[in-house]
Amino acid sequence: MTDEHRAANGPDGTPLVLEHHVLKSLLGAWALAACAPAEAEAVEEHLGDCGPCADEALRLREAVGLLHRPESLDLDPGLRTRVLDSCLERRPARIPVPEWAAGYDAETARLDALLQDFGDSEWHAPVRLRWYEADEASTRRTTVAGVIAHLLTVDGLVAVALGLDDPLGDVTPARPTPSDRTEAYWRAAHFPPTRSVRAPWREQSHALVRTVSFTGSGTGRMTVPYGDFELPLHDAMLDRAFECWVHAEDIAEAVDYPYDPPSGRHLHRMVDLAARMLPSVLEHRRLHGLAAPVERRLVAAGEPGRSLRLEIEGSGGGEWLIPLDSPAAKGSAEHEVAHVALDGAEFCRLAAGHVAPREAAAGQVGDREAIRDVLFAAASMSRM
Amino acid sequence: MPKRDVPPRWDRKMQQRLARGEAAALGELYDRFASLVHGLAHRVVGDEHAADGITRDVFAHVWEHPDSYDPKQGTLRSWIAALTNRLAVQRLRTTETAALARGGPGTPEDLERKVRHASVAARADYIVQSMPAPLRAALELAYFQRRDYHQTAVDLGVTDDEARRRLRLGLQLLATAHDTEAPGAPPGIGGAA
Repeated sequence: MTDEHRAANGPDGTPLVLEHHVLKSLLGAWALAACAPAEAEAVEEHLGDCGPCADEALRLREAVGLLHRPESLDLDPGLRTRVLDSCLERRPARIPVPEWAAGYDAETARLDALLQDFGDSEWHAPVRLRWYEADEASTRRTTVAGVIAHLLTVDGLVAVALGLDDPLGDVTPARPTPSDRTEAYWRAAHFPPTRSVRAPWREQSHALVRTVSFTGSGTGRMTVPYGDFELPLHDAMLDRAFECWVHAEDIAEAVDYPYDPPSGRHLHRMVDLAARMLPSVLEHRRLHGLAAPVERRLVAAGEPGRSLRLEIEGSGGGEWLIPLDSPAAKGSAEHEVAHVALDGAEFCRLAAGHVAPREAAAGQVGDREAIRDVLFAAASMSRM
Repeated sequence: MPKRDVPPRWDRKMQQRLARGEAAALGELYDRFASLVHGLAHRVVGDEHAADGITRDVFAHVWEHPDSYDPKQGTLRSWIAALTNRLAVQRLRTTETAALARGGPGTPEDLERKVRHASVAARADYIVQSMPAPLRAALELAYFQRRDYHQTAVDLGVTDDEARRRLRLGLQLLATAHDTEAPGAPPGIGGAA
């Protein structure tokens, strides 16, 4: 008798004797080799005598062969756009997602895919949010789950404007600004945010895309209040797409995952939003003494004024003429006083407050003061 | 596992939205099922690029023919899994047949065996993903973590009897992946228990 065989016996050396129903109940464990040796021996002994159990044992053994460690295959993030485009080519949508909401749709889907396989350690990984306030770099510590809570609460501004539920519920922020809403939400929770924030964030982002698809052209004049300012709905959706990407990068960096910039088509619209906002940001800064005063060559509304040529390189790039002296003036190539060239993703990081204006990798030609004003104005558009 | 899951409201609503031609619904459908579809397709064809193509075909089919889903027959999820299996098997058979015709190794019988094996493997994956979580957790511990049933019971906080029951039931469900359907019938993924 081998050692192995001896181990199959009961403690006193005699074979285990088990009742039929016990032997039957052991078949799954036996097939998985998850029984004690004595039990396995007893089962095998039994299989020689009992046809039904022998049949089942064979069937379960075969089933074990089908168990297969799920490969964690990351879906190619670009596949979504390719699949959806191909579907819409074959059967055009009767109710399409508006082009200005497509970036938000794509960016929220990309971020959600990043979150897919996160475990608790990733959800609670520390993240430092960075932005510019009064031309100083500001930061705020939170976690990956905290960032998603932040996106949930600020996307909620659009939700409220569209008549959807406010994710803040009964929580009342000091002021209806993105940062106050976020702080109020974080404070109101009894525990730090967990992975449970993912579902409401995703549900809301789906609801936003669905709702703006229906409100369609009628929403042209609808605005979304941000507390200190407001944006037309179209621009608010671009802004939310932009913020979603920026914070997805924060998260990816915190957990050391790679993360690509948006597709050129979407990036272009985000840059365009920032370029369109720059003139009024410059005006605002001038009124508060943060930008160089103009030797007030009064520019009548709609007339060409001194301009900076913003050249964005790479996928999604283009050229924008930013009127420097008044938001009402028209950008003009003839009145170009400066030229700044930088990569699209770099410009967005500047506008997100992730790159210091002085350190932005930008090619610069012309009026240094104008360039400085525009780069600082871009960084000042960032917020938590 | 119930024989036929009652389709939740979400399934019916999704079908209506797709029929209405709502692009946002197509996006939501993708977000919910893309990793299931791609994973099953990959299990059958074993190739990333081909799995991408099958994923595209599955969603195109659902988008173009939302009415071919019958909520009375089961969940949208199980229907999409069955559709994926069918299209993936079709593609595998086509590429393998072409390889054989070019003088590749093997016989038509080998080909059928390979196709059948791949299809069963994908059905098994779907069954594991869809089985009640307590059964899946027990199998995970016993098979992948190599815990015996007693340790499994301790880890799950259940009795030895219950651990044995879960392991046996989980494998019984999994074994239905081998069950063949009548030719022409929709592959009864997961619902065959």
